Amino acid sequence: MSLKAQTFVECRHMSFRHEDNAIFKGINLSIKRGQITVILGPSGTGKTTLLKLFCGQLLPDTGEVLVDGQDLSELSRADLLHLRKRMSLLFQSGALFTDLNVFENVAFALREHTQLPEHMIRDLVLLRLDSVGLRGTAQLMPSQLSGGMARRVALARSLALDPEFIMYDEPFTGQDPISMGVLINLIRQVHSDLNLTSVLVSHDVKEALSIADQVFVLAQGKIIGAGTPEQIRQSDNPLVKQFLYGEVHGPVPFHYPAPELTEQVLSHD
Amino acid sequence: MINLVVTIGQRCMFVCQMIGRSGVFLSQILGWGSGFKAPVSRVIKQVYQIGVLSLPIILVSGVFVGMVLALQGYSILSSYGSQEAVGQMVALSLLREFGPVVSALLFVGRAGSALTAEIGLMKTTEQLSAMEIMGVDPLKRVFSPRLWAGVISLPLLAALFSLLGIYGGAFVAVNILGVYEGSYWANMQGSVLFYDDVIKGLIKALVFAFVTTWIALFHGWNAKPTSDGISRATTATVVQGALAVLGLDFILTAVMLGGF
Repeated sequence: MSLKAQTFVECRHMSFRHEDNAIFKGINLSIKRGQITVILGPSGTGKTTLLKLFCGQLLPDTGEVLVDGQDLSELSRADLLHLRKRMSLLFQSGALFTDLNVFENVAFALREHTQLPEHMIRDLVLLRLDSVGLRGTAQLMPSQLSGGMARRVALARSLALDPEFIMYDEPFTGQDPISMGVLINLIRQVHSDLNLTSVLVSHDVKEALSIADQVFVLAQGKIIGAGTPEQIRQSDNPLVKQFLYGEVHGPVPFHYPAPELTEQVLSHD
Repeated sequence: MINLVVTIGQRCMFVCQMIGRSGVFLSQILGWGSGFKAPVSRVIKQVYQIGVLSLPIILVSGVFVGMVLALQGYSILSSYGSQEAVGQMVALSLLREFGPVVSALLFVGRAGSALTAEIGLMKTTEQLSAMEIMGVDPLKRVFSPRLWAGVISLPLLAALFSLLGIYGGAFVAVNILGVYEGSYWANMQGSVLFYDDVIKGLIKALVFAFVTTWIALFHGWNAKPTSDGISRATTATVVQGALAVLGLDFILTAVMLGGF
């Protein structure tokens, strides 16, 4: 297979700044087609920003992001919108449209991008909802769903157009053990059923490593670890170890940068 | 001193930037979106949200403004012995000024603030990003129908405001103050001109509708995605919307009275 066929998303020497903060400093990574790639990292390392760079909502300052061989910064707005029909992002909050009920939320992309007759839309939406176990909620409003259910509806919505590439932003955050288990199973299942390329951004180490084919660990604007879950677990990079095992002391300091305590507390002028 | 100059300069740059951004924003939402049927049903839904739900406040205010105009008009006109002209006075003030201006101010407070808050929250909860990532342009899908709905709603609301005001005035003048009913309506019929009073008043309402809806949508879109950001954006909509209405009213009146 050629390189293009194996990789779906590729970042080359990509840097990105937000205001004065350098969020990424020359990142290289490639996401392989048909695999579940997990990007791990502490909160605030720009994992969500990375997903927004993958789908062209943000553009890198230097370097390039290639999706299916196309450089995102060279695409026109129309081409970008077209490319996005093939990819999907599951937001942390679900981001369901609050003025539409569950059925209409899942039907949204179908209505926007296809001319399917109403009865087909209805069948497709009910099938998608059934696959996440929520067919019974079709007529509810998003505000009537629990957090875990909202995320499952959002998953059904992002699968509506049969994407090739799906990104999950912190899918496990704030879930009780049952819905956590349900979500892990669902992610695995849709990945293999629909022949997807999946990217999962998370800081829930255990759950994320359990479903990953490939892992990147992101910290301080760089990739500090890459490989299979097994390789990551055995990494001897102190930062990776601190993160993986949740140690208080390590390269990531407990204290936010500040002047010396004695200096600040004892100076009274 | 230098700091002052710098602050003023930064402030001016910021204002210019905002004007530029809102202009670009407007040019992007002015399009209709693809197809015809779907956009129409979306506009109708928004006309309900923006226009129909504003009816109670507009209608009640219209009645009261008309009643007050009749009271005030009667007390002034009767000192000249021409209280029969109160119908004419009520109708002209409502059609030319109070109808468009007061309903635009109420519209900013009722519908404009709601639009800003709604869109600000859609932005905060990432609904707009979600739409964009699904390959749907939120400017066309969310903003355009709301702009057109505002442009349709406010002139109609202003017309209803004036209508109810004229009846409110009639009630006070005829039933309470004892003006002869025939002269209330006949004076009005004799002096109100269709183009000069009714149409020009509606043109004002149309301009106010366009500008206030634009301001409300822009502030929602531009809001910082925090609770503080949304509260600021909503305030900005009401303040700038009200000022824009009053400022434009002066300009439009000057142009219209200038024989345009």
